[in-house]
Amino acid sequence: MAHAGRERLLADLRQRIDGLGQRKAGRAGVLPFGVPALDAHLPGGGLALGGLHEIMEEGEHGALAALFVAAFLARRPGPVLWCLARRDLFAPALACVGLHPDRVLYAETLREAQVLAAMEEGLRHAGLAGVVGETGRLGLTASRRLLLAAEDSGVPAFAVRRTRAEPEPNAVLTRWRIAPAPSGEASIPGLGRARWRVELLRCRGADPRAWILSGPDAQGRLAPPPDLADRPRAPERRRAAAG
Amino acid sequence: MRRNAAAPPPAEPLVTARREGSRRVLVGVDAAAAALGLRPGLTVAHAQALVPDLHVAEASPEAEGAELTRLAAWCLRYAPVVAADPPDGIWIDVTGAAHLVGGEDALLDDLVDRFGRAGIAARAAIADTPGAAWALARFGRVRRADPWDLPGVLEPLPVAALRLPPDIVDALRRLGIERIGEVLALPGAPLSRRLGLDLCRRLDQALGHVPEPIAPLVPPETIRRRIAFPEPIGAPETLARVTARLCADLCRDLEARELGVRRLDLVFGRVDGGTRAVRVATARPSRDLAHLARLLTDRLEEVDPGFGIEEAVLAATRVEPLPPGQLGVRGIDEADAPLDLGPLVDVLAARLGPARVYRQAPVESDIPERSVTRVAPLAPPTGTGWPGGLGRPVRLIDPPEPVRVTALLPDNPPAAFTWRSLRRKVVCSDGPERVLGEWWRSADEASSFRDYYRVEDERGQRYWIFRDAPSDQGGRWFLHGLFG
Repeated sequence: MAHAGRERLLADLRQRIDGLGQRKAGRAGVLPFGVPALDAHLPGGGLALGGLHEIMEEGEHGALAALFVAAFLARRPGPVLWCLARRDLFAPALACVGLHPDRVLYAETLREAQVLAAMEEGLRHAGLAGVVGETGRLGLTASRRLLLAAEDSGVPAFAVRRTRAEPEPNAVLTRWRIAPAPSGEASIPGLGRARWRVELLRCRGADPRAWILSGPDAQGRLAPPPDLADRPRAPERRRAAAG
Repeated sequence: MRRNAAAPPPAEPLVTARREGSRRVLVGVDAAAAALGLRPGLTVAHAQALVPDLHVAEASPEAEGAELTRLAAWCLRYAPVVAADPPDGIWIDVTGAAHLVGGEDALLDDLVDRFGRAGIAARAAIADTPGAAWALARFGRVRRADPWDLPGVLEPLPVAALRLPPDIVDALRRLGIERIGEVLALPGAPLSRRLGLDLCRRLDQALGHVPEPIAPLVPPETIRRRIAFPEPIGAPETLARVTARLCADLCRDLEARELGVRRLDLVFGRVDGGTRAVRVATARPSRDLAHLARLLTDRLEEVDPGFGIEEAVLAATRVEPLPPGQLGVRGIDEADAPLDLGPLVDVLAARLGPARVYRQAPVESDIPERSVTRVAPLAPPTGTGWPGGLGRPVRLIDPPEPVRVTALLPDNPPAAFTWRSLRRKVVCSDGPERVLGEWWRSADEASSFRDYYRVEDERGQRYWIFRDAPSDQGGRWFLHGLFG
């Protein structure tokens, strides 16, 4: 009897602790990627909206990372605030994944350090589809401020990292690394859809994991690559046999 | 001097004249008359002897004064603190305002150009003190005085540049002193004993040794609120509180008249007679107290209170009609209500500068770097996009960077290329997409074109590279972008 009571007490405490940790982040809900393998792995079944997400890639160009974010925001209604300090973002590419130029408000800062401040300003405006910042640094204090602002308004914030340096310890909700993957269509002339290696490096309540996906289409949807999706589940069976 | 419709053509000399005692003397001369050697102060008889076909118009100081005030009020577009300086000058305190039009040189160009288009020949100069700017605008060879070398700029100018009465200029000339540099070389005390305190005062004002306050012009219809303090204030939080109070008062005035503000000037009067001003602009007319107060308090850190501030004036220098607010139907279709980006745009524009907050819109051009233009952040949606189906890179490398390419055959797509000293093997490629030069721009462009290829390397990274001519005509390869 006492044992059962303690179980119940522990379960209750666990629930309360979960509630404390999630705070408002859970309230804004999630937006699924539309890729079952990816969504099933993420807590809540998608990317948390009221949170700060860090997207990195190898190198400092932030090309894939920017497109990953643009594709995600293309599937949400409302305007987008895009804060940047360099002038190399090419808007037609965002339109190619469904993020129409009318929806994107750009804030160009003189220095990269001001990007974070501009992001925080945008995060105060509930109703934006999202706030994107291209930045090299994202420290602990800055990320906490942005995370709190995002939780308050329910507007997702994305930091597109533009540096070769390793990520600093910070308070982001999820951290992703997007890398190119060979599209494997050398037999057919011409280029097909790009292929990405989307790697979840860090996420509360989920293990790091990587997926090979087809790059976004004109509506911003990622998809499992056709040849992998149709492949029989051979490797698993082999492992079962070995074990 | 401004020509009206009845004035003679600009090539013919025109002067204005005024009666002084028993003779008529010239007051204003236009460029054509000045080129013929006419100067203000000559008698009309003398001038007509020199230039027989001279047009003489009667000067009317009152009309000119009113016109000058009107011009000064127009200059409020550049900065919050502006004053007319009769008979022929206008002060503009551009402190902290020049960057909004792209710098001091751009401001001067813009000012003189706009005056010129209105038929007004103007000379303008920027210096650290009103006196030096006055001197430079009228006598200077440079338009902008280096702040660290004010005496150096003033020394070669004639003494008349010090805004002295004619009798003192004459007295100095009798002493053989023509230039300001020669006055500076003389000891101050004997100079002021002989020629009066005026000379030394003007000298000190020009050099910034004593402050010369400008009484800001306020057009009579401007909605403004003023607070004077019994004790000078200076603490940042006090300034913020005062700003909030002024905003609240002003918003009440605006509401009564159904107006919204597009531009707000907050001018602080300091105990030393100087003024410090903050200007904010809004993208849409607004009388939202919290929003306006926030825009202003964001900028208060730029205000140097000096030894204290004794008055604060908040003026709505540009207003537009704004009907009484309609209360939103909350809860029914809140989700459908379009988000008002105005406040966000204002805050970002105040912090970063108005040109740095923008949207992008398509331009009908095949040249990639010309296919995008910036539009105002709240411009109506264009609804148009770029032609779909064309792969476009996320990052445009501008200017394109030369790459070394190897191809199997001269006109084949690249098989490998070297960019930033890293060799990348091309696994598959797409192209060419030919982009022709815009022949109507220049003869060079008419014959030029680019062949774009999308190529993927072994890792799967995709690049946008082009060649500017066929290989047998010496075409070079460039990398123009990175795909996502």
